[in-house]
Amino acid sequence: MIREPLIFEISDSGKRGFLLPKLDVPVIDDILGDIPSREEIDGFPEVSEVEVVRHFTRLSQTNFCIDLGFYPLGSCTMKYNPKINEKLALTREFLLSHPEASQDLTQGSLKILKVTEELLKNITGMDAYTLQPSAGAQGELVGMLLIRACLEERGNPRKIVLIPDSAHGTNPSSAHICGYKVQEIKSNDQGTVDVADLAKNMTEDVAALMVTNPNTLGVFETEIKEITDIVHTKGGFVYMDGANLNALIGTCKPGDMGIDVIHLNLHKTFSTPHGGGGPGSGPVGVKEELKPYLPIPIIDEKNGIFRLNRNQPKSIGRVRSFYGNFLVVLKAMVYILSLGPAGLKEISEIAVLNSNYIRKSLENEYHLKYLTPTLHECVFSDKIQKQNGVNNLDIAKRLIDYGVHPPTMSFPLIVQGALMIEPTETESKRDLDRFIEAMKQIAHESRNNPEVLKNAPHVSYVRRLDETSAARNPVLRWQKNNTDK
Amino acid sequence: MSYISLSEKDKKEMLAKIGISSVDELFQCIPDDLKVNQKLDVPEALTEPELTRQIEEIANQNSYQQFLSFLGAGAYSHVIPSAVDYLSSRGEFISPYTPYQPEISQGTLQIIFEFQTLICQLTGMDIANASLYDGASGAAEAALMAHRIKSRRKILVAKSIHPQYREVIQTYTRNLELSVEEIDFSDRGEVDFEDLNKKLDEDTAAVLIQSPNFFGVIEHIDHISALTHERQALSVVVVAEPVSLGILETPGNQGADIVTGEGQSFGLPLSFGGPYLGFMACQKEFLRQFPGRIAGETKDVDGKRGFVLTLSAREQHIRRERATSNICTNQAWCALRATIFLELLGKKGLKELAWQNIQKANYARNRISLIKGIEPRFRGACFNEFIIEFEKPWADIDSFLQEKGIIGGLCVTNSYPELSNCVLVCVTESHKKEDIDRFVDHLEEACS
Repeated sequence: MIREPLIFEISDSGKRGFLLPKLDVPVIDDILGDIPSREEIDGFPEVSEVEVVRHFTRLSQTNFCIDLGFYPLGSCTMKYNPKINEKLALTREFLLSHPEASQDLTQGSLKILKVTEELLKNITGMDAYTLQPSAGAQGELVGMLLIRACLEERGNPRKIVLIPDSAHGTNPSSAHICGYKVQEIKSNDQGTVDVADLAKNMTEDVAALMVTNPNTLGVFETEIKEITDIVHTKGGFVYMDGANLNALIGTCKPGDMGIDVIHLNLHKTFSTPHGGGGPGSGPVGVKEELKPYLPIPIIDEKNGIFRLNRNQPKSIGRVRSFYGNFLVVLKAMVYILSLGPAGLKEISEIAVLNSNYIRKSLENEYHLKYLTPTLHECVFSDKIQKQNGVNNLDIAKRLIDYGVHPPTMSFPLIVQGALMIEPTETESKRDLDRFIEAMKQIAHESRNNPEVLKNAPHVSYVRRLDETSAARNPVLRWQKNNTDK
Repeated sequence: MSYISLSEKDKKEMLAKIGISSVDELFQCIPDDLKVNQKLDVPEALTEPELTRQIEEIANQNSYQQFLSFLGAGAYSHVIPSAVDYLSSRGEFISPYTPYQPEISQGTLQIIFEFQTLICQLTGMDIANASLYDGASGAAEAALMAHRIKSRRKILVAKSIHPQYREVIQTYTRNLELSVEEIDFSDRGEVDFEDLNKKLDEDTAAVLIQSPNFFGVIEHIDHISALTHERQALSVVVVAEPVSLGILETPGNQGADIVTGEGQSFGLPLSFGGPYLGFMACQKEFLRQFPGRIAGETKDVDGKRGFVLTLSAREQHIRRERATSNICTNQAWCALRATIFLELLGKKGLKELAWQNIQKANYARNRISLIKGIEPRFRGACFNEFIIEFEKPWADIDSFLQEKGIIGGLCVTNSYPELSNCVLVCVTESHKKEDIDRFVDHLEEACS
């Protein structure tokens, strides 16, 4: 394969990739006065349009993506991104809509937001939504800020947030920004929250429990009602990380489980594309009690007219400019409307079927630390393969040679050498079988030819990369003098 | 519509493999009293033609796009080269996840590396990250970062920073041991030096300013940084209109320690406020406290160059509550668009773009200044926005202009009560001379 250089390395003086019309107003001299202006932007590229198009097209061909194949990253819900979502997000009236325009002139945009709020309320059983958070982690921050604001008004914001040891790293990090001390709750031998341990730790110093349901093992917290009752009895709130909502849609609603506040990931459950790392969208749903604290502005509707309402004295304020990642919200709305109630329920049914099919097919080859039934994902480990000196990294890298994306690795932290597999509902049996076959082959290779795993991948654009030296001697940008490599 | 790829035969075979007779059995782990017994209360499924029609009908309730508009205020209308839309719509860019497996994500990773380089070149800083959510949360992250570096409790925030950015800084810092104080602006519309001097003390972690600021006025970053450094605080520069970096001296060369801002101007449509693009850059001594994902260069086992996400020991998935930020998913695809945009415009194009913005805005400002009944509110040099003050009530002027098909700007009185009847006008390269002249003519009529 052709090695694609950095754009800076193919730059040549005087080349242009885009031209502006000539300036059509008389030139004014000395606008800046004593404000310093800059010299030429040193090192900035000078390339033609053709060169830019080939550069990005070639680079694109080195990426794996969901349009290309199976992408079973656990807890990331890499489902197919429907093309109608993308097409309708290019509607001119939305693309050109200015966030500060008079609300009379942007009623359509406001309607999209309001309709989506209503849809999400009905799907999750919550009482109100904000669409402002840009991604899941910002949704977590909002959720915890809401809880803190409500507790403050009751007279005591409290000090501690309880988080199970299987949680995403963003949970403790978000709680920390809200000024809370994080206390870990141990999982029991089923991989779920240890209710006794929770009851012991749930004091009147605890503001909230952050729970993921189903958790990162794919296990439903069967005792969720007991869990939320314990927290509520002591005057705390229950926050649900909705990263794994794909397992529950149409089957049950977080609002019925005693959940007070939840964030969703539109870029997971609701099919909006992940874009190589964003933009996402992390709407936050709340029960009535937390509603007064939602970020401003909220959207009111009266007689079909939509109005932004900033007059919310108890609001936690804003977490970002304007109204969130509007186009991402639009795509999620299109997705929900395209599926309808039956299609939405089918998501969880097939996602869970696919995951259990993989689990059953691989349970004789790979170690399962927890035998508890799982929903949309399953977590194997490298324990068996370790006997031959092969670890989860080797398995993951070898999968690349078989043309599938590796599962999430080394997470959750409670499973050593974890391989966390989430197939989602959109995959064909043929693709599932190919993955299963590849995993079986790899298990076989680990016994008979472990070297082929340790040297994997063999067929990718680059082979195994030295991540240690990247961190030890960071080269984080191109510079003129480090070009000849 | 359904996006399921299993046939009934497939399902039967899979159920048989699992050893069950129906999918319901897989949900036995969910207590019955939690299961919903009726179907979800959402509209019945729509086909593509039906959906298209419905969304178009909603879209038609927007009429803003029919106006000649001079709105800016943190969301700017700029040219977008065709190749930006074309390239960024490739499935290989839209549909991958965060590049956790570098061997099959080199495209995304190399583009982040190029993006980081471009941001460093524009800002004059050593290092940049892969993106943040937007300019507002970028400003908040910068405040938190300065607090960690300095272990001081006060953050000074210029009142001339975008009002929404200041609101977000408040939200992010409220529950930490941090106090946020505002610095006033002068009658030039710049940071008030006396006020800054008075409030800067040995407990100040950072001074945050925006340049060009919310009023469009370009700040004297060099002077502010010098004063800030005298008290050993960090100089943080927020850039809401990064096109200005094509012509103004870099913040880095004027003493900035951290530069953060909004990259929407680089190839992202207005889109009712999002998705946009937060960026952040800093001096390399602060690397360990830097938030967000970073791509770095390395080699594979054959010695070939490659790129990886690196320095992740700062991040939430490793460090959990001690991470430098809770951010995980960022705005990677928006950063891709910005990278394509900047590489197409290139060294000469970006400078030309900045120059056209400053020329056109100042042409408009000069002409509007001659109108009786309108005064430019601030004397400081402006980039592509400026504040004008009306004698007549803005509401009357606004409705007169709207009848002529013009949105004249954003009234800032709600955010700044002291700027009564003042309007922020934005002029970019997207306005032709005849657009500006028409605007000026109607303003004259409205004021007479």
